[in-house]
Amino acid sequence: MTNFQSLEFFVPELILVITILAALITDLFLKKSKTDLIGWVLCIGLVIVGLSVLNLSSVPATTLFSDAIVIDPFSSFMKIVIIISTLLVIAASWANKELENYRKGEYFTIMGIMVLGLFLMTSSVDIIMLYVSIEVVSIMSFILAAYLKLDTRSNEAGLKYVIYGAFSSGVMLFGLSIVYGLTGSTSYFDIQESIFSMDSSANPALIMALLMIFAGFGYKISSVPFHFWTPDVYEGSPTTITAYLSVAPKAAGFAMIIRFFHQIFSDSIALAGTAIGSTDLPWPEIIGVLAVVTMTMGNLVAIQQNSIKRMLAYSSIAHAGYMMLALPVLSMEAIESIMIYLFVYVFMNLGAFFIVITVKNKTGGETFDDYQGLGWKMPVVGSLMTLFMLSLTGLPPTAGFVGKLYIFKTLVGAGSDFLWLVVAGGINSVISLYYYFHVVKVMFLGGERSDTLSYPPSLMFGLIVFTAIPSLLLGLYWNPLASWVKDSLVFYTQTM
Amino acid sequence: MENILSLLIWIPILGAIVVAFLPRDNENLVRYTSAAVTGLQFVVAIVLWRKFDPLNGSMQFMERYEWIPSLNISYILGVDGLSLPMVLLTAMLFFIGVFVSWNIKKAVKGYFALYLLLNAGVVGVFLSLDFFLFYIFWEVMLLPMYFLIGMWGGPQREYAAIKFFLYTLFGSVLMLIGILGLYFTCGKTFDILLIMERAPEALDGVLWWGMSAAKVIWVLVFIGFAIKVPVFPFHTWLPLAHVEAPTAISVLLAGILLKLGVYGIIRVNYGIMPDQVYWFAGGLAFLGLVNVLWGGLCALAQTDLKKLVAYSSINHMGYSLLGMAAVVAAGEMNGGDLKAAQAGLSGAVFQMFNHGTISAMLFILVGVVYERAHHRDIDGFGGLASQMPIYTGITALAFFAGLGLPGFSGFVSEAMCFIGAFPVFKTIVILSTIGILLNAAYFLWAFQRVFFGKLNEKYKDMEEINSLELFTVIPLAIITLFFGLYPGPYLDLIKSTMDQIIEKIAFVATYAVM
Repeated sequence: MTNFQSLEFFVPELILVITILAALITDLFLKKSKTDLIGWVLCIGLVIVGLSVLNLSSVPATTLFSDAIVIDPFSSFMKIVIIISTLLVIAASWANKELENYRKGEYFTIMGIMVLGLFLMTSSVDIIMLYVSIEVVSIMSFILAAYLKLDTRSNEAGLKYVIYGAFSSGVMLFGLSIVYGLTGSTSYFDIQESIFSMDSSANPALIMALLMIFAGFGYKISSVPFHFWTPDVYEGSPTTITAYLSVAPKAAGFAMIIRFFHQIFSDSIALAGTAIGSTDLPWPEIIGVLAVVTMTMGNLVAIQQNSIKRMLAYSSIAHAGYMMLALPVLSMEAIESIMIYLFVYVFMNLGAFFIVITVKNKTGGETFDDYQGLGWKMPVVGSLMTLFMLSLTGLPPTAGFVGKLYIFKTLVGAGSDFLWLVVAGGINSVISLYYYFHVVKVMFLGGERSDTLSYPPSLMFGLIVFTAIPSLLLGLYWNPLASWVKDSLVFYTQTM
Repeated sequence: MENILSLLIWIPILGAIVVAFLPRDNENLVRYTSAAVTGLQFVVAIVLWRKFDPLNGSMQFMERYEWIPSLNISYILGVDGLSLPMVLLTAMLFFIGVFVSWNIKKAVKGYFALYLLLNAGVVGVFLSLDFFLFYIFWEVMLLPMYFLIGMWGGPQREYAAIKFFLYTLFGSVLMLIGILGLYFTCGKTFDILLIMERAPEALDGVLWWGMSAAKVIWVLVFIGFAIKVPVFPFHTWLPLAHVEAPTAISVLLAGILLKLGVYGIIRVNYGIMPDQVYWFAGGLAFLGLVNVLWGGLCALAQTDLKKLVAYSSINHMGYSLLGMAAVVAAGEMNGGDLKAAQAGLSGAVFQMFNHGTISAMLFILVGVVYERAHHRDIDGFGGLASQMPIYTGITALAFFAGLGLPGFSGFVSEAMCFIGAFPVFKTIVILSTIGILLNAAYFLWAFQRVFFGKLNEKYKDMEEINSLELFTVIPLAIITLFFGLYPGPYLDLIKSTMDQIIEKIAFVATYAVM
């Protein structure tokens, strides 16, 4: 489709751009104490964007801007996930005391720009577009991570993030340029076509390119061995941003990986399909090993943490690993399971971080000591934290279990080649129980009955309950989610 | 009474919700509500028993509702001769358990809410006929158990609670993989009855890692259940959890939760993969023997009365395993001895029930003395017989029941297990009779040290067992004695179902020879 025709289908992004501009301009006229208002501007804008995404989701899948990005149900699904998590995080930012002494205008505006980048990440089918969208997201994340400019740890987080980000996107760009050199095109569809017709003499270059590209992808979803930035950045960033980084870019990252491998290297059956199979490299095994190492590393290091925020950072690495388990299969079923996992993960992980924010607002700390006896002092918060921990562990009847069930189901169904991945995933769930329930232990087992019960302020309380409801209900009845995901499993493909 | 089975599950769940919203300072209200809820459930269970048709070996009172159609998950409940006695036992022990927990002082409301949730989980496992539902209930038990041990338990409670949780979860995860394997091989369904029908054919020749998928799935599921039983190498969580748990929870743990393992093996492993029974029975009998001897020897070495009872559980479940292994006698290559198979399997199932009542009694009685003396050191008492005659009498009865004295129900079921297993596993049976000796030795020796000899001066003011405590023990004692003298009613209740299981196992024998 030509550029001009494309605009009609680009409405969500256009509205988003207008919202961002509106936020920037409004910010100029506001006093520091009133900058919460920008959040409202962004919220309203995002709701409208969400509605127009839904409105467009019934449009037949097509490419826009001369094959630069696509619009298909899959990208709509990911956009909705991103919008939900952004809205939740904006609301939590109003209550986050860490941000109290800062102007929040830029903060919200930058989040808006990040959403734009994430949108493009989920839908780009052109390696230049892909790279630009990743960079938009990364640069915005650097700024947000370092937003607490008076806090040295936040500064450290931002700096570390920049260094790792620059390095891995540089490596990725190198990989992409090799792909361009081999195929002479930047469009996924042309690349697929030329790779199919390539003879094996190009294999070494292709393998190297893929490994380099995977460095960029791995950095975005914090997969081992590209995860080193994660704990420090997550720990130093404002907690709301940590929460945001652990869900939204991860969702977009997975969308990007799925699209890249699905549209370039698979014949829609499995990653082991003919195209990638011709490179003589055991890709499913490589990604499988990376997945197992990622979750095992995340879980084992999480056990040793003393700060709950940092523990959740490692746990989010482990969760990336669980989702990666389904990547080697990459059938439609596998993509479905990753989408379901991502959706439930957004709620349970944000919920856990919201409780971290609540506790930090109250006690000023985020170590296990600050949670001592919390279940007795704040019974509702304690119980809901238990729910989130259950869900993150993946115990029924919570949403987290449904996510794991789908992943495991995919792997068992894919045949006995992938069974070892299920076993590894299962054992990792058991390991993760230990540290998740360490939180429960200090909250309930260590405490004493307290005579005055306290509850969090209404906004945080509302957010926690709002994330808790799907974390539980989706574990009991997820049929609507399953059918929505099934309907969203449509990719734009071009036949050769 | 259309949905009587749902009623059994949902009464405690609703009860738990109600209890959670009661005012936390009115502790008696919480206690009475819990008693009412479990009492009501017990009444419903009795109604179910009276309406149950013992001549029909298939599932009865089936309920079936669609739940998640995209994965073929349904809400299916049903009860047969295998699960009915367990449901009755569950309802009864949970009712009694409320009174055993009457003296809990700490966070009464939380305790009983979790207690009722645990109740729902246990009943749910016995009744559900859909693997997904089954797994949910199986896991729902873990969280309340974690808190009940971890918050209301003894000094090492936190460690005991997480150890219990980790062990069981490890087993459950392996079980989940097995279940998913069955789901895919048997035409994408979680319906247990449907899988039972399809599995022998569907699993035939399927390979996992170059091994027979049926064997791999058998082992995966078996480990899940074996941890609950607990079977020998997986038993180390049990003594700790039992000792640290509050009395009522130990009662339930030994009385019902351990039975879930045996129930699961018979329902899932035997029901779905009957042809693999022949392959595994030898191992099962051997594990039974190890359980019997190891449990007995460890019990003999204990100085803590509660730990002794805990190890006696391991010892007693060994007999059950032995009886279960006996079903292979029904196979043609083993002589097609249906009588032995029947004796063995019925004995195993009967032993589950009997151990449920006897160990419950034992734990309650240990709780009684702990409440007064605040320790359970076997050597720390002495001469209690003169101080607490009634308590001594009842404990004597419970100990004799525990050591399998003729006239008590434990004797009948243990004898049945031995008789059933003898034709096939002669050596193992002969060796495991040593277990009976150990059994007598540790119970009698402990009894002697606690009750006979000179009265320990410290305890000369020890109160006699009170009426509330008596109320919790007497019904169990009556049941033990009744079935010891007249086991007929119980065996009639389960007979048709046992026959069906054995028939199936005998039928597949022809092509199970490998």
